[in-house]
Amino acid sequence: MYTLSSKLKLTAIILIVVGAIGLVYGFISTPSNEEELKELLAADAHGEHDSNQVDATVEVEGHGSASDAHHDESSEAHGETAHGEGEHGDSHMEHVLHQFQTKPWSALFVSAFFFFMIALGALVFYAIQYVAQAGWSPVLFRVIEGITNYLLPGSIIVVLIVIFAGTHFYPWQNHELVEEDVILQGKSGYLNFPFFVIRAIIYLIGWNLYRFIATRNSVAQATGSSLTPYKKNFKASVFFLLFFVVTETTMAWDWFMSMTPHWYSTLFAWYVFASVFVSAITVIALVTMFLKKAGHLEFVNDSHLHDLAKFMFAFSVFWTYLWFGQFLLIWYANIPEEVTYFIIRIEEYNLLFFGMIALNFIFPILMLINSDYKRIPWFVIMAGVVILVGHYIDIFLLVMPSTVGPYWSFGITEIAGILFFLGLFIFFVGTGLGKESLYPKGNPFLKESENYHY
Amino acid sequence: MASKTIHAIYNDDDLLLHAVKQVREARYHIGEIYTPFPVHGLDKAIGEAPTRLAITSFLYGITGLSVAVLMMNFMMVQDWPQDIGGKPSFSFITNMPSFVPIMFELTVFFAAHLMVITFYMRSRLAPFKKAENPDPRTTDDMFLMEIDATNHNVDDLSKFLYDTGAAEIKLIDNK
Repeated sequence: MYTLSSKLKLTAIILIVVGAIGLVYGFISTPSNEEELKELLAADAHGEHDSNQVDATVEVEGHGSASDAHHDESSEAHGETAHGEGEHGDSHMEHVLHQFQTKPWSALFVSAFFFFMIALGALVFYAIQYVAQAGWSPVLFRVIEGITNYLLPGSIIVVLIVIFAGTHFYPWQNHELVEEDVILQGKSGYLNFPFFVIRAIIYLIGWNLYRFIATRNSVAQATGSSLTPYKKNFKASVFFLLFFVVTETTMAWDWFMSMTPHWYSTLFAWYVFASVFVSAITVIALVTMFLKKAGHLEFVNDSHLHDLAKFMFAFSVFWTYLWFGQFLLIWYANIPEEVTYFIIRIEEYNLLFFGMIALNFIFPILMLINSDYKRIPWFVIMAGVVILVGHYIDIFLLVMPSTVGPYWSFGITEIAGILFFLGLFIFFVGTGLGKESLYPKGNPFLKESENYHY
Repeated sequence: MASKTIHAIYNDDDLLLHAVKQVREARYHIGEIYTPFPVHGLDKAIGEAPTRLAITSFLYGITGLSVAVLMMNFMMVQDWPQDIGGKPSFSFITNMPSFVPIMFELTVFFAAHLMVITFYMRSRLAPFKKAENPDPRTTDDMFLMEIDATNHNVDDLSKFLYDTGAAEIKLIDNK
């Protein structure tokens, strides 16, 4: 039986408090009107000589034409139609102000989604192991159940954020914009607020319902003598996976793709899923190693670690395959309406955009290709941390360019977001792991799993 | 001096694995083992060094990647940088994404084929090679262990092998 140590609990609470303070600061310190924004931009321009900021101040003074290209691009990212020339300066300032006010929202959402997706991905991994009747993984089931304990708080927070973010994230919620935009009108059958909220609530209920059923059956299996709970779980997992494939797809459309409602990509939902899945497997591996080191998982051997590391490796490659599949097709055809998505990411987020490939692909492929290294805990931990950082950047790049455009930064608010949700994650996963014995008694594949040797 | 080997034939792979352990403990030298199918754990039981085929494959893959990069850099960027459909062939990196499918395939191609050829060469497999099969039954349902008996008492060794469960024991004299 694992109990969350008081030291870890205290750490989690400190993280939550510090993170919360930072987030509140982030929301307070955003400019509330255009005067404050002008001061902020002027100070930045003098201090840093950053080209974007200079552009913005130039435009304030009414020489908008010099940075037309830049403006078009950021408004494209927000899915707006081009403005008339006369009102250019004013509407631009309004636009920049809007992006600045979106910054803390985006920082909050990136971190909230990042930790939530780990719990969600772990749940999917769990369901797959059940459906595949995997013989190696049952010893890890309680660890995975513990990680998915974060699903309920995590999903509620994420859903609240996407519902209340409004036009900060989703330009199609701006009625004035929709009125003058034929494309958005065409999509309003799907992208309208009531349907959006209903969908979000369906995801929330469906995912959490499966977790509730699965953990309840898993506990029942440990105490009962028949295999009925196991069989029920098998069925529930099949239906959950079907439900998940559909809802994950629409979730990616709803929460991420509709941030740039003029842009679309068919591969997008799979790409988001790959990120979800590889991060989740990495965290399962990290938590397993932590618990093993602390002496709670004697029945887990290095072959299990080897298998998890193989999954980390394989899904890192899978993620890269989808990332590149999306990028190559759009880059190659270079259709203006599609390519805007990458233009802003390459021009304004260059280092992050390509650095992410090194972290998510080159690093894991070189570290985890060797069979022996996959059995060495500190090696897997190192690769795991790099993968997690890489996928945080991935989520950052899904959200930031679409919401705040070129005015991104990585500062107090972003770090506070990570700390807050990390604290929350540690707290809920820790208490989740402490609820039941880590030995999943009664599982029909347990014996095989314990003796698993690769 | 003429060398002698003993062929001990077993009809079960568990028995064989068990016998291999006993033979090694008794410090007899196992020359070769013939089995109709892969027996899991046999290589470890004999004390075979792990294969380095995967390492060669990795190196071949890197070779393939280099071939692809050098080839396309020369053809598409240096030798004749044409404007084909507006693709930017100013430097390798500007047109890199369109080369990736070829880079990937050549990496896999080299890694796979050269590794297979390495395997054939190391295990001396080729068309028209004469089969080195001491007993045709070993390709069907028998397991044969070859033990060097040159410096041992043949009777003692036969008795020992009989006790490990061998179904047939043959003395082979190589002249």
